[in-house]
Amino acid sequence: MSFLEYAPAPESTAILDLKPEYGLFIDGEFTPAAGESFLTISPATEKPIARIANATDVDVDRAVAAARKAYDKTWSRLSGRDRGKYLFRIARLVQERARELAVAESLDNGKPIKESRDVDVPLVAAWFFYYAGWADKLEYAGAGSNPRALGVAAQVIPWNFPLLMLAWKIAPALAAGNTVVLKPAETTPLTALLFAEILQQADLPAGVVNIVTGAGDTGRALVNHPDVNKVAFTGSTAVGREIARSTAGTGKKLTLELGGKAANIVFDDAPIDQAVEGIVNGIFFNQGHVCCAGSRLLVQESIHDEVVERLKSRLETLRVGDPLDKNTDVGAINSAEQLARIRELSEIGEAEGAERWSPACELPENGFWFAPTIFTNVSTSHRIAREEIFGPVLSVLSFRTPAEAIAKANNTPYGLSAGIWSEKGSRILAVADKLRAGVIWANTFNRFDPASPFGGYKESGYGREGGRHGLAAYLTSTAKEGQR
Amino acid sequence: MTIERAVSPAQRAVEVLGGDLTEATLKRYLDGLPGVDAVGLEQRAASLGTRSIKTTSKAWALDRIIGLIDLTTLEGADTPGKVRSLVAKALVPDAGDPATPRVAAVCVYGDMVPYAVEALGDAHAAGRVTEPGDGLINVAAVATAFPSGRAALPVKLADTADAVAAGADEIDMVIDRGAFLSGRFGHVFDEIVAVKEACRRADGSFAHLKVILETGELNTYDNVRRASWLAILAGGDFIKTSTGKVAPAATLPVTLLMLEAVRDWHRLTGENIGVKPAGGIRSSKDAIKYLVTVAETVGEEWLQPHLFRFGASSLLNDVLLQRQKLSSGHYSGADYVTID
Amino acid sequence: MSSHISVPKTYKLYVNGAFPRSESGRVYEVLDSKGRFLANAAQASRKDARDAVVAARAAVGGWSGATAYNRGQVLYRVAEVLEGRRAQFEDEIVKQEGVSASAARDQVDAAIDRWVWYAGWADKFAQVTGNANPVSGPYFNLSVPEPTGVVAIVAPQDSALLGLVSAVAPALVAGNTVVVVASEAHPLSAITLGEVLATSDLPKGVVNVLTGSPAELAPWLASHADVNALDLVGASALEWIDLEIAAAETLKRVLTPEEGPDAATPSLARISAFTETKTVWHTKALI
Repeated sequence: MSFLEYAPAPESTAILDLKPEYGLFIDGEFTPAAGESFLTISPATEKPIARIANATDVDVDRAVAAARKAYDKTWSRLSGRDRGKYLFRIARLVQERARELAVAESLDNGKPIKESRDVDVPLVAAWFFYYAGWADKLEYAGAGSNPRALGVAAQVIPWNFPLLMLAWKIAPALAAGNTVVLKPAETTPLTALLFAEILQQADLPAGVVNIVTGAGDTGRALVNHPDVNKVAFTGSTAVGREIARSTAGTGKKLTLELGGKAANIVFDDAPIDQAVEGIVNGIFFNQGHVCCAGSRLLVQESIHDEVVERLKSRLETLRVGDPLDKNTDVGAINSAEQLARIRELSEIGEAEGAERWSPACELPENGFWFAPTIFTNVSTSHRIAREEIFGPVLSVLSFRTPAEAIAKANNTPYGLSAGIWSEKGSRILAVADKLRAGVIWANTFNRFDPASPFGGYKESGYGREGGRHGLAAYLTSTAKEGQR
Repeated sequence: MTIERAVSPAQRAVEVLGGDLTEATLKRYLDGLPGVDAVGLEQRAASLGTRSIKTTSKAWALDRIIGLIDLTTLEGADTPGKVRSLVAKALVPDAGDPATPRVAAVCVYGDMVPYAVEALGDAHAAGRVTEPGDGLINVAAVATAFPSGRAALPVKLADTADAVAAGADEIDMVIDRGAFLSGRFGHVFDEIVAVKEACRRADGSFAHLKVILETGELNTYDNVRRASWLAILAGGDFIKTSTGKVAPAATLPVTLLMLEAVRDWHRLTGENIGVKPAGGIRSSKDAIKYLVTVAETVGEEWLQPHLFRFGASSLLNDVLLQRQKLSSGHYSGADYVTID
Repeated sequence: MSSHISVPKTYKLYVNGAFPRSESGRVYEVLDSKGRFLANAAQASRKDARDAVVAARAAVGGWSGATAYNRGQVLYRVAEVLEGRRAQFEDEIVKQEGVSASAARDQVDAAIDRWVWYAGWADKFAQVTGNANPVSGPYFNLSVPEPTGVVAIVAPQDSALLGLVSAVAPALVAGNTVVVVASEAHPLSAITLGEVLATSDLPKGVVNVLTGSPAELAPWLASHADVNALDLVGASALEWIDLEIAAAETLKRVLTPEEGPDAATPSLARISAFTETKTVWHTKALI
């Protein structure tokens, strides 16, 4: 036998106690929705997991009303200290139920259990811990003197990190004193609903957090609701643009975390083995369903062939398959729709003349799968070098000088993240200065932390999540500052 | 102007660096190796350490670990009796299960080699290339003023030649860390070349040379990478992490880094160099992480005694306990494995 | 004794460090508060706006790449030159706004002080709005504010100088470059400010002043894909929601209209509104 064909090591789903059907979470209770319910499925098997309520305008209205009432009557009257204690409670409950949440996330999203277990869920707890401590220290957040909450926050999150994106949204909003109506993505509502149970265990006052499930119409109804004061969205640039238009002139404070096409720049003096790992982590982490994914590899020409060769041999060891297997490195694509888009863009890449390569790997018959893919001979004008694929597809380009690397890296309407690999400190700092992107990883990639602001330049959106800057997105200052 | 001292024209170095070997060319080559980012290296090692090896894979792994062990005793208090007891354990690791594989080698001080050879009898590999399951066991001897290496070269060479003459199949030498850290790469190189020559047997064949880098003293990963290449260029058959006398001894990141050097050497020349982490690996769980790291870095074909070894003493009993658990279905206890 | 026949100034645009006429050849009459002719001002066209954006874009690298200390010095120099030409500003304010000489003096005082206040922020705001982040791991992690890029401004319409200064100065602090549409009714101070800027070591293209119709120009700037941010402080009389919608096409950062005497009041928020927080992670290890 081959040792490398590790025997199956599946994480047990016995820890889950799922209901066959979930309602909306409004005013502290699960309630039915007016719309027709839909199924959430496992993208790895296409098997149904649970039936999910579909919130209509009426339901969204109810949720916003509950959030407004909770804001007026409860949450805005609570001290920062007490708000913080609720957030600490939530953080602890997330830790206690971490395994269950990780299994549910991998089941519903298709991401490898080692990622949901070691990255997503620990970060969720960390996010609540971090912002819990801010709740009674808002005046130090740098958002002006006498900072105040905005009111009701409408939050719409994507399917790539369902529970983590929820934490990114809810933790700072509550710490700042806002109440929340959150809409999880249509294909990944499960962990948000388990989170609602956690809120019940935490005894969070009713209406402070409301969760409405549904698709685009639900989200639209939520962000356009006249009684919300804040809109926070993570998702595609197209939808972000639509929200920016529809909230124009309303006075709603808006933060947008949108698409990206990050350059991962490898200089000839890079720590080569770590750079290869960073490239792999940059684009194959979470099946490449990452807005800050390092989808454009820029390699200095003198080491291009060597890097590509090492990368290919490294990809041979990636294990694609059952998300619940503890040895899986690359899981399932989240939906049939996303799979179709990845396939389409990859075919366009080939048609445009780029060279396509994937390691030999057997993909399961059912479910949505796409083998890790590298395109070489890619030009800056190719669509696969410009458009966000949001899948495990890497485009490799080359450069000759640092100036050319910077120019190519910045040559995109996006500006979310970038990577730099070099052993030369002064070059790293100078290149980091010149890259037009909100997050720069030097000799690392795809690192996240609640203390660290995350967010983009240009069409990758505005506002920051994480850190003190992330708090400012949920605060307003009433006092006039200025020249004295 | 300083005059560059010529370094020994070791065959590998000549082929890779060219015929005009000098201290300067050697230094330039080693300094030109790509740097190592410590954080990234350690994260990669940690991630390999999260592989979950279960059921049939685990059973295979446990047996293979035993077959890769250099069962070691390196104490000032070692006696012929202690060595005979060690050999007995090497031959029959688990008296309760005759199917238990034998270890790859016993590793002792040079003066203990005759006792080990005698105790092994027919099971002594005696220069033959061993494979898992063939029942043959090598005798490895530490030499070159182990563990510090602080002796004059003639003493180190005599130490080596003596052990080889007594029947050692393998020599575990230490590099001169002082010379390495002060940048005298040529000195380190020349010593390895000389020790390799001292490994030559009367019949012209060579005892296998394992070069101990003592990574705990080299301290930085960049140094470990340079020392790995230096040892390979000078003719080492194996690169080995540690003496076991300095903390930290073997770590997963250091071993990963050395495996990467071996992988790159293979890519460059097609030659296979062995790796031996030694010291500090005490549990089956840890040892399995090393197997995973080997398999995913250089490939499964390295999981052979002529390409990978564990330098360990207490590891064997933990593996035996795990084996017993797998076959019986219940947890075993320390009284059900023998102390050597 | 013969009386001196004055030599009136031709008010043109200020684009890329020069004073061109509108490419359209158009001018419009600027009247005093009693409706009397004061001067002809250039009526900028969409092509002038386009040229201004090109100039502003070209200037971003140099201005944002200058040291913060240098930007602070240059901005302070602007205040010095402003002070030296205060008589001209006072005179123009009296004529355009029809206010008393003392009110005009107060406005110029305030404009100078405001400029000095912002100049002093250049090498400090990053220390206040940026910080180190104590992430859980072996990383050096720093967040710093960086300029957004090209900022298009519709200046406050009811003030000749102070409103303009209040909107332009903060945008410059971080290293942005500016295309500003001046007060339509009181454009003369804007062009005179251009003369100040042109003689204050400010690199060409860092500030570009357009006079004319904000209603005509603002939509072109709001929809221009090479403009990164839009300050609508003086746009309350325009269809500003449409401008905000147009700006959404490329996700521009937008500041909405403000009215009254507190419009564009000095604040750090005005500086940081046109900055982007960049967070840099670097691995950190002894070995």
